[in-house]
Amino acid sequence: MSHVLVIYTDDEPGVLTRVAMLFRRRGFNIHSLTVGPTERVHVSRMTVVVDTDEATARRAVEHLRKLVNVLEVQQLGHGRNVVRDLALLRVSTRQGRSEVLQLVQVFRANVVDIADDSVVIECTGSLGKIEALVDSLRPFGILELGRTGAVAMARGERSEASNRLAASAVEAPGSSGAMSV
Amino acid sequence: MDRTGAQIIWECLLREGVETVFGYPGGAILPTYDAMTEYPIRHVLVRHEQSAVHMADGFARASGRTGVVVATSGPGATNLVTGLATAMLDSIPLVAITGQVGSGLLGTDAFQEVDITGITLPITKHNYLVTRAQDIAPAIREAFAVATSGRPGPVLVDITKDAQQGRATLDWEGAAPTRHLRHIPPSPKQVDLDRALAMINAAQRPVILAGHGIQLSGARAEVLALAELAQIPFAETLLGLGAVPASHVLSLGMMGMHGESWVNQAIQEADLLIALGMRFDDRVTGRLKEYAPNALKIHVDIDASEINKLVPVDVPLGGDLKQVLQAMLPAVKAADHTPWLERIRSWRGDSAVRDIKNLPDDGHLYAAHVMHDLWKITKGEAVVVTDVGQHQMWEAQYYHHDGERSLITSGGAGTMGFALPAAIGAKLARPEAEVWVVAGDGGFQMTFAELMTAVQEGVKVNIAVINNGYLGMVRQWQALFYEGRYAATPILSPDFVKLAEAFGIHGQRVDKRSDLAVAVALARQQPGTALIEFKVEQEDSVYPMVAAGAALHDMIRRPSPSPIAETGSDPV
Repeated sequence: MSHVLVIYTDDEPGVLTRVAMLFRRRGFNIHSLTVGPTERVHVSRMTVVVDTDEATARRAVEHLRKLVNVLEVQQLGHGRNVVRDLALLRVSTRQGRSEVLQLVQVFRANVVDIADDSVVIECTGSLGKIEALVDSLRPFGILELGRTGAVAMARGERSEASNRLAASAVEAPGSSGAMSV
Repeated sequence: MDRTGAQIIWECLLREGVETVFGYPGGAILPTYDAMTEYPIRHVLVRHEQSAVHMADGFARASGRTGVVVATSGPGATNLVTGLATAMLDSIPLVAITGQVGSGLLGTDAFQEVDITGITLPITKHNYLVTRAQDIAPAIREAFAVATSGRPGPVLVDITKDAQQGRATLDWEGAAPTRHLRHIPPSPKQVDLDRALAMINAAQRPVILAGHGIQLSGARAEVLALAELAQIPFAETLLGLGAVPASHVLSLGMMGMHGESWVNQAIQEADLLIALGMRFDDRVTGRLKEYAPNALKIHVDIDASEINKLVPVDVPLGGDLKQVLQAMLPAVKAADHTPWLERIRSWRGDSAVRDIKNLPDDGHLYAAHVMHDLWKITKGEAVVVTDVGQHQMWEAQYYHHDGERSLITSGGAGTMGFALPAAIGAKLARPEAEVWVVAGDGGFQMTFAELMTAVQEGVKVNIAVINNGYLGMVRQWQALFYEGRYAATPILSPDFVKLAEAFGIHGQRVDKRSDLAVAVALARQQPGTALIEFKVEQEDSVYPMVAAGAALHDMIRRPSPSPIAETGSDPV
């Protein structure tokens, strides 16, 4: 079963290694991991999708909380989240460009590049939507496929983790200035 | 005031209260060693960097203070690895400072460059690569804070040579750490405390599992208060020995793979386990599926990731043990568990007749005799530092530790070669204590070069080398599980008496129990380090034993006076 973890970390070199190392070391299987900046300077946000049971996911959260560079960890509940993935697909148009373009429209995807016998399609959506698009385009010949992995956010009110983060805003992460590897 | 990075390092260590560091110089750490002479800090020159970590570790375990290690880059730094892993698994607060090649050379495979922060990532609580002099103080201050807060552990600070040579102003206040406070466990929920209390007050057959966390949290008084008030017997993990007194009427002894049968039996038949600062290691539980099947389980630990890791618990109490117990104690009801205690006592009586220390002196010297007699002669008041293997288990069984921090042993990692260097560290931390090394002939040969360190530093420790001519614990497993094929376990030793002489220390050899007391007395009288080689029974095994993966009640019992190895759960 998939579990979505949102991890707020110091924006420092090597933090990704620490998080990835923890998952490897404890044998938690990562389905996808994305990282990027947040509404706050010096704070990065990772979305990690792990394939594991509930108890293991909870243990992963507790282990993550022990990392010095981790500010907050949030385990998203099931169903009440926005989970989005972006895919770029290079699809052959040798079997007919118009059919491919029709599918692009149906999935509300975009064509972002056109070559003589292929197109590049960009699609944002839930994991299920992207998989459906990939399945639909497969008969035409998918020449290249790249995906970002999931970025997720809970629906409704601002998350407790984010609130706590804002409350502790005075703290200057990386105040040591040392490169934390 | 403007200082060099090297001066800032020592200034920070001084302000952190450090008086002694263990280390070995080299190229990339030379600026720091050069500055050392200006500061009132004792430097202990080791013979191998691994021993420096074990010394700092022994220093920390004996005193509760943070141990400090200094080493150079490359091989100096990689030699720390085993020591750091040992400290990590046993939650020992250490700060290791390593030199690193100049920042401009990082990543170029320069001479003596290794990625030590990468290498030590999973065996430290945290680590730092510092490339500028002004970043040294914040890194060192945070390192000390991280090492000692929450569940303690080792931290490594890797400092480039140019950072040591560069200049900066030391802003002590500005370098105050904050990040270590991010994840201090919250106090447990009142509802969980209430549930735990209800279970404790209702239990008929409760057992406390006493772990190392009692020592780390300083919670001995609270644990004893709980045990005495509710009349709950307690069993100790290996690292829990000494955290609570062995001679206490409610103390059962060590649990687990080589625990006494009545201890494991009590755990298996308990209706409530109260786990205090322990982590259900596989050496303690045996086969998890059959572990304490009838017991409700309460688990108090400062590290929330340890709760529900291996054994599902009924009440998780994340938090500092001392505080948790203080919150609970006022609501604990006095109880009388006489029938339960009587039952355990009856198991105990049965086991005593098999006890090797009660066997007649037949001219052979058994390691168990050595431990028992050492305990008697030192009145149980020595700090004993063991290596890893059979002698370690015999020590745990036959040297009864009442005093806190009186047993120092590598539990989680099981690091051979630990004893001698850790004992030197322990003695430096507590000069007034009588410190004994108990090591096997295998482990002792791994690090005995540190005898010279003891001599150079004028440190007196007493050393008992338990020589059975084998890597005994491995041989025991080969005898039991590999049909007696002794692959690579017979081991030759040097003449330890002559070896002692070569190091300029007092050396003796004992092969009869009747000679033991005189030799021990003579060793204790020596002003300097003294060694006794005990030539013990070669193929003696440690019992009782729960085979790896067997259920905790499925013990291989001690041979009875008519020596037949017995198995089975019913001790009566």
